[in-house]
Amino acid sequence: MKVHRTTFKKMSLKNIIITKATAVLTVIFTVFSSMSVFAQEVGATASAAPAKAVDMEPIYKSTLFYVLLFLLLCLFIGIIGKALKVYELTRETQGKPEGINWNKINGVLFAAFLVVGLYGVYWEYTVHGNMLLPEAASEHGKRIDEMFNITLIITTIVFIVTHIILFTFAYIYKSTGNRKAYYYPHNNALERIWTVIPALVLTVLVLMGFLTWRSIFHKVQDPNNQPLSIEVTSSQFQWDFRYPGADGVIGVKNYKKITSINALGIDFNDKNSLDDQLADELVIPVNKPVRFVLTSKDVLHSFYMPHFRVQLNTVPGMTSYFEFTPTITSDEMKIKTNDPSFKYILLCAKICGTNHYNMQKTVRVVSQEEYNAWVVKQTTYLTNDLRKAFNLPIPIEPVAVPATADTTATKITEQTNQLAFKK
Amino acid sequence: MSTINLQDTPHIDNHDDHAHGHHHETFLTKYVFSQDHKMIAKQFLITGIIMAVIAMGLSILFRLQLAWPDKSFPILETFLGKWAEGGRIKPDFYLALVTIHGTIMVFFVLTAGLSGTFSNLLIPLQLGARDMASPFLNMLSYWFFFLACTIMMASFFIQTGPASAGWTVYPPLSALPTAIAGSGLGMTMWLISMVLFVASSLMGGINYVSTVLNMRTKGMDLWKMPLTIWAFFLTAILGILSFPVLVAGVVLLVFDRSVGTSFYLSDIVMGTQILPNEGGSPILWQHLFWFLGHPEVYIVIMPALGISSEVISVNSRKPIFGYHAMIYSLIGITLLSFIVWGHHMFVTGMNPLLGGVFMITTLIIAVPSAVKTFNYLATLWRGNIRFTPAMLFAIGLVSFFISGGLTGIFLGNASLDINLHDTYFVVAHFHLVMGSAAIFGMLAGVYHWFPRMFGKMMNAKLGYLHFWLTFITAYLVFFPLHFLGLDGVPRRYYAFTEFEFMQKWLTVNVFVTWSAIIAALAQVAFLFNFFYSIFKGKPAPQNPWEANTLEWTAPVEHLHGNWPGEIPTVYRWPYDYSKPGAAQDFIPQTVPFSQTMSSNLVHDFEGNTEAEQIQKDWELKNVPVVEKAE
Ligand code: HEM
Ligand SMILES: [Cu+2]
Ligand SMILES: [Cu+2]
Repeated sequence: MKVHRTTFKKMSLKNIIITKATAVLTVIFTVFSSMSVFAQEVGATASAAPAKAVDMEPIYKSTLFYVLLFLLLCLFIGIIGKALKVYELTRETQGKPEGINWNKINGVLFAAFLVVGLYGVYWEYTVHGNMLLPEAASEHGKRIDEMFNITLIITTIVFIVTHIILFTFAYIYKSTGNRKAYYYPHNNALERIWTVIPALVLTVLVLMGFLTWRSIFHKVQDPNNQPLSIEVTSSQFQWDFRYPGADGVIGVKNYKKITSINALGIDFNDKNSLDDQLADELVIPVNKPVRFVLTSKDVLHSFYMPHFRVQLNTVPGMTSYFEFTPTITSDEMKIKTNDPSFKYILLCAKICGTNHYNMQKTVRVVSQEEYNAWVVKQTTYLTNDLRKAFNLPIPIEPVAVPATADTTATKITEQTNQLAFKK
Repeated sequence: MSTINLQDTPHIDNHDDHAHGHHHETFLTKYVFSQDHKMIAKQFLITGIIMAVIAMGLSILFRLQLAWPDKSFPILETFLGKWAEGGRIKPDFYLALVTIHGTIMVFFVLTAGLSGTFSNLLIPLQLGARDMASPFLNMLSYWFFFLACTIMMASFFIQTGPASAGWTVYPPLSALPTAIAGSGLGMTMWLISMVLFVASSLMGGINYVSTVLNMRTKGMDLWKMPLTIWAFFLTAILGILSFPVLVAGVVLLVFDRSVGTSFYLSDIVMGTQILPNEGGSPILWQHLFWFLGHPEVYIVIMPALGISSEVISVNSRKPIFGYHAMIYSLIGITLLSFIVWGHHMFVTGMNPLLGGVFMITTLIIAVPSAVKTFNYLATLWRGNIRFTPAMLFAIGLVSFFISGGLTGIFLGNASLDINLHDTYFVVAHFHLVMGSAAIFGMLAGVYHWFPRMFGKMMNAKLGYLHFWLTFITAYLVFFPLHFLGLDGVPRRYYAFTEFEFMQKWLTVNVFVTWSAIIAALAQVAFLFNFFYSIFKGKPAPQNPWEANTLEWTAPVEHLHGNWPGEIPTVYRWPYDYSKPGAAQDFIPQTVPFSQTMSSNLVHDFEGNTEAEQIQKDWELKNVPVVEKAE
C-alpha cells in the first residue's frame, strides 16, 4: 500500500522520545503508588470484622488500578507506534525504501492464523467435543444423531477446505509490488459447478431431514402398543405432571376451574379425571412409547429433554404433543456414561421470566416392572377438599389406590372406582 | 459554494430542487438538521458507533455474571443500584441486559448504523446523484432513529427497568407486567421505540429505492452499478416489504397490552388469577415477528456483503468474480428470505407439515449464500492483494460468513433443530454469521470510506492491531459456544449453577468472558483511531485506494451537490482492475473506451457491432501492442 504523506513533522526525534518517557514514568509511578495503597487497604479490611456497609474505598482503588493498567498498555502501544513512525520517517529521509513491509506481515499472519486456527479447531473438536451429551436415549434420537454426524462431517470438510483456500490465497497472493493481478471476471462453467454441487448435497440433507421429521411427528398408532399419555403443565417456574391413572385416560381440564386447591384446573366432573395422579418426578417405562400432552398455564415455556432429543414449546391456549420411545434406562445410562450420578433431566428452554434458569425436573427411565411399582404409589389429584368443591361423595376410608396402571387392567379398576364412588 | 452551477446537468436529476444550496448554512442546518446525505451518513455512523459501544458494555455486564455467578462486584452496585444489589446482577436485570443488547445490536447498530451510513453515503456518490431523492425525508429518517435510540436507552432509568422478554419479545411474557417487571413501562417504551425505528427505516428505504431507480447519472445502467449499490438497493426493498409486518404485530401487541384485546393471549392464569383473554394465539406473534425477523437478518448481512465485494475487489486489484452471479444470488436471497421465517418456529408446536416446508426453503437459501462465498475466494485467486485495514476486515467477514453459515445447515434441518433450538448453538450461529460478519463488513466500510467521509486517512497500523485482536477474540468468544449448545445448555440462562451437567462449562464461561473483555478493549484502538483521525488524520488524497467507482471522482472537500459542475458520465462497469493492456491497474468508470483502446475486450461492447468494428480496425493498426485475454 502506498503511504501518503503530505506533512512532514519537523519536531526533533529526541523531543518526542523525551516527552513520551516522562509521561510513561508518571503513569508507572501513579500505578505503583496506587497499587501499594490498594494492598494496604485489602489488609486492613481483611483484619477488620466484616462490616455491614461495603467499604468502597478499596473497590474504587482496584478499579482505578485496572484503568491505569489499561492506560499504561495504551501508552505502550502509542510508543511503539511512534517508534515505528520515527523509524519509517528516518528511512524516508535517507531515501531508503519503506522499512517494514506490512503487506507481507499481514499475509504471514493470515497463514499463521490458519495453522493455529486449524489446531484450535482440532482441539475444540476433541476436548469440548468430548464433553457433550451421551448417545441419544430414544428411538428417533438415534436417527437424529446419525443425521447430525453426517451433517457434521460434510460441514467440517467444507469449513476446513474453504478456510485453507481463503487464508492461503491471502498469503500467496499478497501484493509484492511487482506483479499484476490476473484479470478473471467470470467462468460460467465453474460457477455452475459450485451452484449445483451444494444444491445436490443440500437436497440429500433435506430429504433425510424431511423423512426423519415426518417419522417423528406423524406417528401411526399401533393398537397393540398404545402410548402412555402424560400431561405436562408448565407455569412460572415449575412443571406439573399428570399421569392418567388406572383408566389410562387423562381427564379434562379447564383453566377457568383453577383455584388455590386445584392448581391445574382439573375438571373432576369428568370421570377420567378421578384417578389422575400427581407425580413429583417424571418416571417413564423403557421401550414403551410415551405421549406427552404439553400445556402451559401462563407464558411460553419449552419442554426440553436433551438426552432424548425432545423439545417442544408449551403454549397457553394450545395443546401440543410429543411422542417418543425411550430406549435406555437411567441405570444403563449410568454405566454407559461411567457416571454413577447421571440423571436425565427436563429443562425449560424458552425464556419465561426470572427463574427461567432453574426450572428443572429429574427424569427416570425404568423397566416396566419398576414403573408399575412406582406408579401405584403416586397420589391422586383428587383430595377431599376437591371432592367437596365438586360435590363428589367423600369416601369414609381412604380410597384404595388403583393396583396397576397397565392399560389391560383398565376394566377392573374402573369397577373398583365405581364401587368407591357409590359408598 | 453558491457558485456551483447546478442547473446545467443534462440528466434525469436536473429537476431536482437545489434551492436550499443557496441558503446560508448555520451550525444547526449543517450539523444537526442537515439534509445533505453525506452529513446524514455521518450522523448515522456516529450514533451507530455510540449505540454499539453501549450494547457491547451491556454484553460485558452479563458476561461477568455468567463467568463469576457467585462473585460480587461492588462497583456494579455503584453504577446499577438496586439492579445489582450486593454487587451481583439480578436475574431480571440479566434478562433486561440480553434483551436490550440484542435489540440495539440488531436494529440500531447493524440495521440503521450499517444501512443508514453506507446507503446514504454511497448511493448518491457511487451513482452520480447530487443527493437523495428526498433529502428532507432523509433527515427525518435520522431523527426518528435518534428518537428511537433515546427512548430505548431511557428505559434504563425507569422504576421497572427495560424490556426483558428477549429481543424477540414473545408474548405472553412481553404482554403481562405480572409475568416479568420489564413487561411494564419498559416494554411500552420498547414498542414505541420500535415503531419509530420502523418509520425511520421505511423513510430511509423508500429514499434509497427511488434514488437508485431514478437518479443514476448518464451511462449508469443497472448492470454497471457497483455491488454495494445492488446490495443496498435489495436491502431497502427487503426492508420496505417486511418492516410494516412488524409494525402490524407491534400494534396488535400494544392493543393486547393496553386495550384488553386477545390477539396473542388466551387461557392464561397468573398464579391463581384467571385472565379474561380468550381465542388469541402467542404463535401469531411469532409468525408476524419472524416474517420480518428473518428478512431482517439479511437486511443486516447484505449491505455487509456488498461492502466486502467492493473492498475485496479493489484491494485484490481484480474484478469481482462472477459479478452477475453475485447479483443473482443477492436477488435469490432477497426473494427466498420471505419464505423461510418458519425455521425459527420448528418446535413451537405449529403444524409439523409447515416445518417440513420451511426446512426445504431454508436449505435452498444456503445455495446462493454458498455461491457468494466461492466467488469471494475466486476473486482472491491470483490477485495482487493489498492488506489495507478494510481488506483485512473483508477477509474476516468471509471467514465468519462461512463458519456461521455452515451451522445454519444444522439449524435449518428441522429434525436437528429439535435439540438445538434455543440453545447456545443458535447463539454461536448467529453471532458468527450475523454479529461478527456484519460488524466486520461495517468496519471494512468505515476504514475504506473514511477518507471519503472525513477527508482524512485513518492510521493503518492501529487498524491492523484492531483487526487482529478483534478477529482472534471474536472466534475465541463464539466458537466454544457451539459446544455448550450441543451439550443441551439453553440460552438466556442467568446462571449455570443450578444444573449439575452445566458445571463443566463454567471454566469455558470464564474463558469466553475474558476473551470478550479483550475484544471490547480492542475496540478502543478503533474508537481512538476514528475520532483522532477526524481531527488530526493525514489529509486524504483524491483516490487513496486507486478505486474505479464514482465517489472517488468527487472532490475531497465536501460540497453540497457532490460534484462541482457537471456530474461525471459513466462508460464502463466498476471492476476493470488489472485489465491486460491497460497502463494502470485500474480504469475508473468515467474513462470512455475510446481512451483505453489497448485494453478493450470484445465483451465490453455488449454486442454493439459498430464499436466492435472500430476496435477491430484499431487493433489491426496496432497489432504488436495488443495482448488478448479472450
Ligand atoms: C446458510 C444459511 C442459513 C441458514 C440455513 C440459517 C438457519 C437458521 C435457523 C434454522 C435458525 C433458527 C434456529 C433456532 O432458533 O433454533 C437460525 C437462527 C438465526 N439466524 Fe440463521 N441461517 C442462515 C444464515 C443466517 C444469516 C446469513 C444470518 C444473518 C445475517 C442469520 C441470522 C440468524 C439469527 C439472528 C438467528 C437467531 C434468532 C434468534 O432466535 O434470536 N442466519 N438460522
Ligand atoms: Cu423458561
Ligand atoms: Cu432466519
